[in-house]
Amino acid sequence: MTKIFKHRLVLPIAALVALILVNTISRPSFVSITVRDGQLYGSVIDILRNSAPLMLVALGMTIVIATRGIDLSVGALMAVSGAVALTIIDGSGSPDSPATLGIAIAAGVTVTLIFGAWNGFLVSVLGIQPIIATLVLMLAGRGIALLITGGFITTVTSTPYKFMSQGYLLGLPFAFYVSVVAIVLVALIQRRTALGVLTESVGINPEASRLAGVRSRGIVWGAYAVSGLLAGFAGILYSSNIMAADANAAGQYIELDAILAVVLGGTSLMGGKFSIAGTVIGVFTIQTLKSTITFLGVPPAVSPLFMAMVVVIVVLVQSQRVRNGASKLWATVSSRKEAEVAR
Amino acid sequence: MSAATSTRIPEGIGTRVRRFTSRRASWIPVFAALGILLALLLAGQAYFGNFLTPRVLSSLLLDNAYLLILAVGMTFVILTAGIDLSVGAVLAFTAIMGARMLSEGVPVVVVIPVMLIGGALIGLLIGVLIQFFDVQPFIASLAGMFAARGLAFLVSLSSIKVEDPAILWLQTKLFNIDGWYLSPTGVIALLVVAAGALVLQFTRFGRTIYAIGGNEQSARLMGLPVVRTKLLAYIICGTCAGLAGVVFTAYQGAGYPLNGIGTELDTIAAVVIGGTLLTGGSGFVLGSMIGVFVYGTIKTAISFLGAEQSWTRITIGALLLVFVVVQRVIVSRSSRR
Amino acid sequence: MTEDTAVRPIVAMTGITIRFPGVLALDGVDFSLRPGEVHALMGENGAGKSTLIKALTGVYSIDGGSIEVDGEPRSFSTTADAQAAGISTVYQEVNLLPNLSVGENVMLGHEPRRAGRIDWRGVHAEAAEHLSNLGVTIDTRSLLSSHSIALQQLVAISRAMVTDSKVLVLDEPTSSLDRSEVEQLFGVVRDLRDRGVAIIFVSHFLDQVYEISDRITVLRNGKLVGTSAAADLPRGELVSQMLGRVVDEFENISRAADRQVDRTGTPVVSATGLGRRGVLEPADLDVFDGEVVGIAGLLGSGRTELVRLLYGADHADSGRVAVRGSTVRVATPRHAIEHRIAFSSEDRRAEGIIGDLTVAENIVLGIQARRGWLRKVGGSEKETIVSEYMAALGVRPADPSMLVKNLSGGNQQKVLLARWLATAPQLIILDEPTRGIDVGAKADIQRKVTELAADGLAVVFISSELEEVVRLAQRIVVMRDRRKIGELDAHDSSVDDVVAAIAAEAREAVA
Repeated sequence: MTKIFKHRLVLPIAALVALILVNTISRPSFVSITVRDGQLYGSVIDILRNSAPLMLVALGMTIVIATRGIDLSVGALMAVSGAVALTIIDGSGSPDSPATLGIAIAAGVTVTLIFGAWNGFLVSVLGIQPIIATLVLMLAGRGIALLITGGFITTVTSTPYKFMSQGYLLGLPFAFYVSVVAIVLVALIQRRTALGVLTESVGINPEASRLAGVRSRGIVWGAYAVSGLLAGFAGILYSSNIMAADANAAGQYIELDAILAVVLGGTSLMGGKFSIAGTVIGVFTIQTLKSTITFLGVPPAVSPLFMAMVVVIVVLVQSQRVRNGASKLWATVSSRKEAEVAR
Repeated sequence: MSAATSTRIPEGIGTRVRRFTSRRASWIPVFAALGILLALLLAGQAYFGNFLTPRVLSSLLLDNAYLLILAVGMTFVILTAGIDLSVGAVLAFTAIMGARMLSEGVPVVVVIPVMLIGGALIGLLIGVLIQFFDVQPFIASLAGMFAARGLAFLVSLSSIKVEDPAILWLQTKLFNIDGWYLSPTGVIALLVVAAGALVLQFTRFGRTIYAIGGNEQSARLMGLPVVRTKLLAYIICGTCAGLAGVVFTAYQGAGYPLNGIGTELDTIAAVVIGGTLLTGGSGFVLGSMIGVFVYGTIKTAISFLGAEQSWTRITIGALLLVFVVVQRVIVSRSSRR
Repeated sequence: MTEDTAVRPIVAMTGITIRFPGVLALDGVDFSLRPGEVHALMGENGAGKSTLIKALTGVYSIDGGSIEVDGEPRSFSTTADAQAAGISTVYQEVNLLPNLSVGENVMLGHEPRRAGRIDWRGVHAEAAEHLSNLGVTIDTRSLLSSHSIALQQLVAISRAMVTDSKVLVLDEPTSSLDRSEVEQLFGVVRDLRDRGVAIIFVSHFLDQVYEISDRITVLRNGKLVGTSAAADLPRGELVSQMLGRVVDEFENISRAADRQVDRTGTPVVSATGLGRRGVLEPADLDVFDGEVVGIAGLLGSGRTELVRLLYGADHADSGRVAVRGSTVRVATPRHAIEHRIAFSSEDRRAEGIIGDLTVAENIVLGIQARRGWLRKVGGSEKETIVSEYMAALGVRPADPSMLVKNLSGGNQQKVLLARWLATAPQLIILDEPTRGIDVGAKADIQRKVTELAADGLAVVFISSELEEVVRLAQRIVVMRDRRKIGELDAHDSSVDDVVAAIAAEAREAVA
């Protein structure tokens, strides 16, 4: 077991550690953490805080990918949940009351849960390819969000709402706790119940799973619903960070970052075995990379170029042709060495 | 065809319908799209009263010329059962690159070819990743999209105004024929459609595109040049995105790195609504043109209504859904046979 | 073997050897094909038929031996090369393009062109000519997918004729055709043969092989068994050659046929008129407690099809299934599992194991699927179940945390058996559980089947090895050409009786 664990996570961890090392060497301030008013500040803390929405989305994406699927609608769903929640707060007389807050969040995530279930319905019942099925909401979702906010960027002032992404609890950002709770919950549900192994079974071999009596339809359906739910919470966090529902900017490209995080974490896009820990590492890697790019003075807008390079490197490393080529090269190099030694 | 039918005794309607469906089943979704387009136009006329005017209809082409060009390229890729998510970003990249070069005094006869080649190169990159490294088209074109978007911002972070008369002429010159008007960008778009349709219908390359979409394994076993054809499909799509960049620059009179966000989705939606199967092998450039017009009509109607433009995306999303579900039903029916 | 030296073979394959990782797929096989003959290539699963064809058509490269075409040594690296040398293949699953017209499928890649553009009138005219040469008149502008598989096959043959093929490989062309369609196809094949085309015919249907073939080559386990003129090879001999007569290593497993089974009560599972159009003609099957029912028949005889319909893996369009006397609905595997019917597929890798999961996870998957995801089989419960069944079946290595894909075929089969036994079934269906596994594992599985039946479990056992069926079963269902043709009491049947039953001349096919 430990062997597999090592094998699967060794590369992702190495990538993250290398990235942190490069950062630390080039700017020692990267790892420095300052304490102000009993709250921690610093680049690392920023990474923990800012990665929360991506973390939630990537966790959902991991499960969807494990079933051989993909969910492109998560970014649009983030926009929807933010729009729903902020519109409710905006319309209420008491934006600071916990009841308003509770209703707003619950309404936001319920809507995205329903949308997620809709995606699951298209994929598992109607048998539509996941890319296409989720493309529909990717396209329409932002329109719906714009409609909810009436085409404007709804801004609100609500101290408790703001607290979710910008507040601190016991010295650490509240958003980080949200990440941790999501990670723990997803990991518990997947690993303490049989859901994880059944999901992997469906992703690895759908036909054998069907013949073994696994209810694959329900499992696939559920995966998209969970992805929608988590995207909803991510949307709440995002809108809390800017205290505005921006239907165009919310979750822009996050589906791509999430897919990348999942792949970086060692979960194959072909489905099957998945690793929650890997995804967590992948998310931190991407967030650190973004922080690095900013530090390097590159305008954040150019960062997609770096992301493109990461995507290309990752897919090339995973490509069978490159692996075969590398092992052949290695074989010739080592055989040549042997020959030299023999001589 | 006419010779064969004229020698026969007049046939019953049933025979004709049956022969039509056995020959031209793949045109049915195109007619469905045409029906939707006509219904939209007539409904618009009935509701607004001033919808079916030469002016509105002409602007349908002029305002969507770039989308039409993108849709033609996308049709090639989707026919091979692939997808290209990079087109919006490539459009933005080539547009801002062209604007920057023009502002630095590079002559337009150099700039336009460079823009086209830029698009073609990104298409080639995507094709190579897919063909030689077994990367899924969706992921490979994602990398292309990221790369193009990043490059666009690398060229400039802000909008660059274009003052080159030749480029601006493409959009501002209006040929007026009895109240109908047509700009050079519209002519370019129509030429691209015609070229795309001819290539797909009358060349071995075009037919190989359909063959790959029908069944890539079979196409290979039949000895067709699968690798070359697939690469070329992505290169064509990239080149079209570059050309769309030219047209879009003329349309906007400027290059802006944030242009074309979400355009890839509009393009895919237009192609699918135009009757091209996302599973490949069935569809037509002419259908994609109708799809683009459906998109343009919805957009125009919504602005006539004075409603939120967000309704455009919602309506397109809903139409896409209907088409995808119907396609799925058709495919599962035919495979059950 | 009397080789007619007067006719130079069009294809001469000598000493063909092909290795796959861990498997010798072809071991020094010789094969020759003369112009104007129909040459049947026969063998069970894994015999090497399709490997040999793929070596000839450029899909696989060969590790040893030589291929001569028309007297010239050749080696093809792509199918296009082979086609250029005049060798074309029509595959079972018709490798054409359903989305294009008939005419285009015939002419694709060879379209007549005028001024650089495809001359569609010419395409359809030429296609129509090629098709009419085979006696086919259809609208060449119609979509391929609007025609039956039989017609599509003729279209594929026409395509081969466009390139003037001298060798035509027909890989199981008749497996989804009805009687009259087979007649039409054979008419075309005879016509081509008379025009000098050499035809390799692969099929599992004995009647058809004898109807059309001039010579027959039999392969078994990657080796050549022999080539004979069809007229000189009795059916029984052909079946024996295909199935092989393995030296009995399993004397220690006593013959189970003599055990008495009480068949007076209600059968555990009883299927009546179970069938599906084009797949299986309606058949009956009863299985009683403690009984092993063997199903004997060649590949494609309907043996697998029958049990898949019984299990709900495929959808039956006729018949009913009763469990302990009461009729039940078995439309999906889950229904079958609810009635405690278990099924282990013949395709271990694609339909059995979940390769990337561990042995333990694979074993508890069956129980887990029944229980649902909320109640996980975990901790000590899982450990108990896994260790109990791994020990009972002797899974090696005895490491439950190993990925099941890294086990040998025999041990994978044991894991699958464990998965089903852990769900405490009342009927277990084993489709080719011993195919491609080593002798030790085979003996283990046979012994286990006998034990289980003695303990009262009902078993349906399918195998290409008739010895195995005869030894383990009390009753043998014989199938041929997608029909159940009878039942034998294993008590007084020998392998030869079963061979005779399989090979018996088909009575006149009822329309």
